[in-house]
Amino acid sequence: MNYLEFEAPLKELNEQIEKLRESEKKAGVDVSNAINDLQKTLLKKTEEIYNNLDPWQKVQVSRHPDRPYTLQYIEHLTQGQFVELHGDRTVKDDKAMVGGFGMIDGRSIMFIGQQKGNTTKLRQYRNFGMANPEGYRKALRLMKLAEKFNKPIVTFIDTPGAFPGLEAEERGQGEAIARNLYEMMKLRVPVICIIIGEGASGGALGIGIGDRVMMLENTWYSVISPESCSSILWRTWDQKVTASKALKLTAEDMLGNGLIDGIIKEPIGGAHANPTEMFETVKREIKQQLDVLDKLDPAKRCDQRIDKFCAMGVVVES
Amino acid sequence: MSWFKRKKKGVTTDSREKKEIPEGLWYQCPECKNVMSHEQHSDNNWTCTQCDYHEKIGSLEYFSILFDDNAFTEVASHLISGDPLQFVDTKNYKDRIRTTIAKTGLKDAVRVARGKVDGVESVIACMDFAFIGGSMGSVVGEKFAKGVDEAIANGLPFICISKSGGARMMEAGFSLMQMAKTSAKLTRLAEAGLPYVSILTDPTTGGVTASFAMLGDINIAEPKALIGFAGPRVVKETIGKDLPDGFQSAEFVLEHGFLDYIVARKDLKTRLAMSLRLMLKDQLVQN
Ligand SMILES: [Zn+2]
Repeated sequence: MNYLEFEAPLKELNEQIEKLRESEKKAGVDVSNAINDLQKTLLKKTEEIYNNLDPWQKVQVSRHPDRPYTLQYIEHLTQGQFVELHGDRTVKDDKAMVGGFGMIDGRSIMFIGQQKGNTTKLRQYRNFGMANPEGYRKALRLMKLAEKFNKPIVTFIDTPGAFPGLEAEERGQGEAIARNLYEMMKLRVPVICIIIGEGASGGALGIGIGDRVMMLENTWYSVISPESCSSILWRTWDQKVTASKALKLTAEDMLGNGLIDGIIKEPIGGAHANPTEMFETVKREIKQQLDVLDKLDPAKRCDQRIDKFCAMGVVVES
Repeated sequence: MSWFKRKKKGVTTDSREKKEIPEGLWYQCPECKNVMSHEQHSDNNWTCTQCDYHEKIGSLEYFSILFDDNAFTEVASHLISGDPLQFVDTKNYKDRIRTTIAKTGLKDAVRVARGKVDGVESVIACMDFAFIGGSMGSVVGEKFAKGVDEAIANGLPFICISKSGGARMMEAGFSLMQMAKTSAKLTRLAEAGLPYVSILTDPTTGGVTASFAMLGDINIAEPKALIGFAGPRVVKETIGKDLPDGFQSAEFVLEHGFLDYIVARKDLKTRLAMSLRLMLKDQLVQN
């Protein structure tokens, strides 16, 4: 288990419980009552902490090393009925962007998402979830494939941003993202986008145009990370907490501003505390949303999607 | 030396200041240091008479270059930012907007206008870098959208001259969604069968590159314009090495296949009008 700074009281309680269990084993004394009490305290404390997370703490939870990543969602949702597909058919296969057809309760869906790694080696292999242009083009290729066979699309968004490398620029990172925004508006199948971790800027939006855009409770979505925002606007890295508040990047803020369509509740203690429950909740949400979206005429669904994004923004007459 | 005082301030981007320059003040080219009068410079489309350096200019100058007789009607000219997040960094965003409006005489980072380009009636959106680095917030998105609406309603081609550092951070999520909004609007223009020409000028980066600037039916750039998604400083930090010469220049971007052509400012109007005519419905001449 990895603990975040503000999770210190939880770590302490868990350690106490662990100690009691060990002493129970060694000495053969029954301490189940004491353990029960501690577990109740732990639950209460977890609720207390997680019901009161500030924006910066949510950013930290969204990056929690134990948090489930895209492929884990897909594996659990499809119970292994998943065929991963590779390559953009132009230059290469981007390991930071994964996708393929999968089955949920008898229904075929195209899943696409950024993929992070959970070990040093895998983090590098997945380029920290930062896709190159070929990742966005692979995503678009798979979306067109889904459209061809009239299958709905679900994207899982979890990225600190599109990769800002030299080759990414050579191969047109800007064009690749722009093309996706444009083409996703016109997809004739239902599109659901779920932010499961970090939703950083154009790199997130590049697979984020959907009929329903949802955020998990403890994720963030904005035009820039609080750290980079701090460095640009305050000219120091020290204002990330202030920046995280100013950016209004939490699910609650984004929904309140009409920039997303819904929030998906996380288990007590965050997605990482109970991944199975998280997967079940996400599965239920996908099925519910698809039931609604299925009933719409494809042309009307596209119109509504386009009109939704066209309505975003606040201006005043001078 | 007071002669060169204006150089530091960005020369021609400030339209109100420009009108006040008395004759006899000079412009020095930052590239070759050649000195010419402001009149010579503006007569030369704000490019250097010696080395062809293209000075950064704003909507005032581009409209005067492109619209016949400098005649045009502005679209949605009254819109200003609503500060939806009540954003405060080292300054209040509201104050920043107010002082920038006062300083530049502009309402936000884009102006949209309708008029004739070499006889071809068009709608042109032109970004102003002088307004918070040409950054894209709700006003840029909304004026772009209104411009596309105007083009569709009247069956006209749409042109956008980009010049932007990217997103307007003080509008955070709203700013991000302008990338989606502008792209969404362009699907409507395409449905109407009308051409969209994107003109990328120095600099075009970030969220503008990753949305409407790269979505032209034709993408054109000015010589040597910086064009990229990530800024050069960020790319340099990422790769930990110096960047190759000409990296992210218009010439580099053309070579990699993301532009249709580069055009010197003096030829911009004629090449643009010709490109539009070639895409618009044929107007057959009867003999
Ligand atoms: Zn020169």
